[in-house]
Amino acid sequence: MSAAPEAPVAYLDHAATTSVYPEVIEVMARLMGSVGNASSLHGSGRTARRVVEESRETLAAVVNARPSEVVFTSGGTEADNLAIKGLFWSRRREDPRRTRILASSVEHHAVLDPLHWLSAEAGADVELLPVDADARLDVEALRAAIDTDPAGLALITVMLANNEVGTLEPLDEVVALASAHGIPVHTDAVQAVGQLPIDFAAIGVDAMTITGHKIGGPFGVGALLLRRDATVVPLLHGGGQERDVRSGTSDVPAIVGLAAAAELSVKRMPERAPYLSGLRDRLIDGVLEAVPDAQLNGPEGDGRLPGNAHLSFPGCEGDSLLMLLDAQGIECSTGSACSAGVPQASHVLLAMGRDDATARSSLRFSLGHSSVPADVDRVITAIAPAVRRACSAGSVSTESPR
Amino acid sequence: MLCGKRFDGVSSVKVIAALSGGVDSAVAAARAVEAGHDVTGVHLALSRNPASYRTGSRGCCTIEDAGDARRAADVIGIPFYVWDLSERFHADVVEDFIAEYADGRTPNPCVRCNERIKFAAVLDKALALGFDAVATGHYARLVSGVDGEVELHRSVDPSKDQSYVLGVLTQDQLAHSLFPLGGSTKPEVRAEAAARGLAVAAKPDSHDICFISDGDTAGWLRGRLGASTGEIVDSSGEVLGTHEGSFGFTVGQRRGLRLDRPAPDGRPRYVLDIEPVTGRVTVGSRAELRVDSLVAATPRWCGAAPVNAFSCTVQLRAHGEQLPATARVRCESAEVAGVPPVVHIDLEEPASGVAPGQAAVLYDGTRVLGCATIARTSRSADAPA
Repeated sequence: MSAAPEAPVAYLDHAATTSVYPEVIEVMARLMGSVGNASSLHGSGRTARRVVEESRETLAAVVNARPSEVVFTSGGTEADNLAIKGLFWSRRREDPRRTRILASSVEHHAVLDPLHWLSAEAGADVELLPVDADARLDVEALRAAIDTDPAGLALITVMLANNEVGTLEPLDEVVALASAHGIPVHTDAVQAVGQLPIDFAAIGVDAMTITGHKIGGPFGVGALLLRRDATVVPLLHGGGQERDVRSGTSDVPAIVGLAAAAELSVKRMPERAPYLSGLRDRLIDGVLEAVPDAQLNGPEGDGRLPGNAHLSFPGCEGDSLLMLLDAQGIECSTGSACSAGVPQASHVLLAMGRDDATARSSLRFSLGHSSVPADVDRVITAIAPAVRRACSAGSVSTESPR
Repeated sequence: MLCGKRFDGVSSVKVIAALSGGVDSAVAAARAVEAGHDVTGVHLALSRNPASYRTGSRGCCTIEDAGDARRAADVIGIPFYVWDLSERFHADVVEDFIAEYADGRTPNPCVRCNERIKFAAVLDKALALGFDAVATGHYARLVSGVDGEVELHRSVDPSKDQSYVLGVLTQDQLAHSLFPLGGSTKPEVRAEAAARGLAVAAKPDSHDICFISDGDTAGWLRGRLGASTGEIVDSSGEVLGTHEGSFGFTVGQRRGLRLDRPAPDGRPRYVLDIEPVTGRVTVGSRAELRVDSLVAATPRWCGAAPVNAFSCTVQLRAHGEQLPATARVRCESAEVAGVPPVVHIDLEEPASGVAPGQAAVLYDGTRVLGCATIARTSRSADAPA
């Protein structure tokens, strides 16, 4: 027996994953029926290789990179790991003094955890830099950290847009400060593609992570945009595919799906971004009107991703709210990481100066290509009763035993 | 009102099914769905650091158990969430457990968990969120009484009966509880789990204390209370040996006394008493262990509190025997208002190994009348040894 909701789902969790574009499904399904290893020399192999290289060119074109700068990976996590560990190892190999890594304190776990690993296992000196109350990197703190010992820096990594609260990070300033000392910069742009204009050459970073499933493409495929002159030590050794940086048989249908999704997302971005920011502001305004106590996390307007609305509901537990909305077919996120499902307060909100209780009282609504105004209306209608109920449940769970 | 036929006549009430990751709670949730209720599965996260609690298939608090609970919810077809009760559990169960041992008592953490977590924190949260009841996989039965009261009864499977650890629940708590397994035996439940395609069908039963990962309660307590040596004496006060912490002992314990000298009569010796302040542990013969009268504190009644002395049976530990007794409620000093009542229990036949801190659960036949915490025991002079 299944507890299917009666109304269609209002899916407001595009920052977690998006539905795959029908066009992408079609092209992937066609390719899944054909044989051919892109490394083989015969006709089927040549066909597969041609498809991979065309996809590389497509992807490069939509983010203004060169095709040779596209390294296909299994997704965002692998691309982040490859960039961070690969750049760290290669930079330190060139000069053993380079043990320092600087990062914002609001990075995704796919960045933070490799940093912690390098710190624990490979002698890296990782410094997580403070952010302001809107999760924007403190550029002066970055400047000071660089100036402490620029020659000791292996790399700097700062995300383009925050996955939880949607804040756009001052990457121009990061690149300007880093390039003065020739320090490579990596950015995780997983949330930004399709929502912001992305110009790899103009941003000036050395490495940039993107992934398929956040932009209407498939799971299990992503790419690291890697400048030709950037050297990374591979994580995976084997057949020498992808510039010898990422071995492994090319996943032809997935690569095609990624390229097709990126092309569609970027092509539609000029109309979609203002549409999404309009919906987002309607959602934020509607929720703040329905629940006057609620607080928007992250900047207003153009300082955040068009699709991101992140709000705290003081006195409530985000988990209770999520459950109450889920029961009505409204799907969102608490934005918190789980181990065994035990929610931890978000490191992003804590870095923004929120206390533990506020951090736990938050919900992220993220809009994307399948969002419609009715989704937002359902949130606005449902939120106040849900908050009332969740707040009453929150107060019982903290009081002393009866 | 949720009485009458105990939800059965109601087409659908909203139920939180507590899913531990074991077979019992999974089948209980499936039965609640089948009874027509709108069921949501919840796994209770009782530790912030799940690896610190039991690992493998033996406990109730691990990552693996959370995963098993989630898969059971998938198979049953109900929504599933994890509720973080770790702070409440630590404060109300773990710290209470430590404090009780420090005071020379032998607590039952499952009773405490039912009283303060499952049917308090969880139930309160469920009610506030718009649910009507909490369902668990306990082996006990709820029956509608003549006057609309909900009666708690023993399971039909005497070997699995868990009414003892539920005796602490009040009428209000019982009125919002569902125990779908009370009419079944464990083998029936396992067979049903297998028939329903629940992968936990063959999972071993949980035993011992879920928050003590290696089962070494004395070692776990030593780590939290610190070693504190004390004397082991006989009932005349003669010192027979020393120990490294009185929390390693329970009244009625025979093993692990590590006494050099055998008893004069060569018979085994048992822990008779634990003095918390001095840490002095008194040991003696099996005859000295037998008590026929006890006082139990903080009674909680499933229905109205009894006024006069009444005949009943009493169970003094989990899986313990049913002992015929006479009980009466009275204030320690009856005239002083505000003094909490206690229950005096006179056993018809003496019993051994009655440990302060354990629950004394009073029954009328299969029906649970109430529960109180054993405070002290005594033996009348003429009691048969």
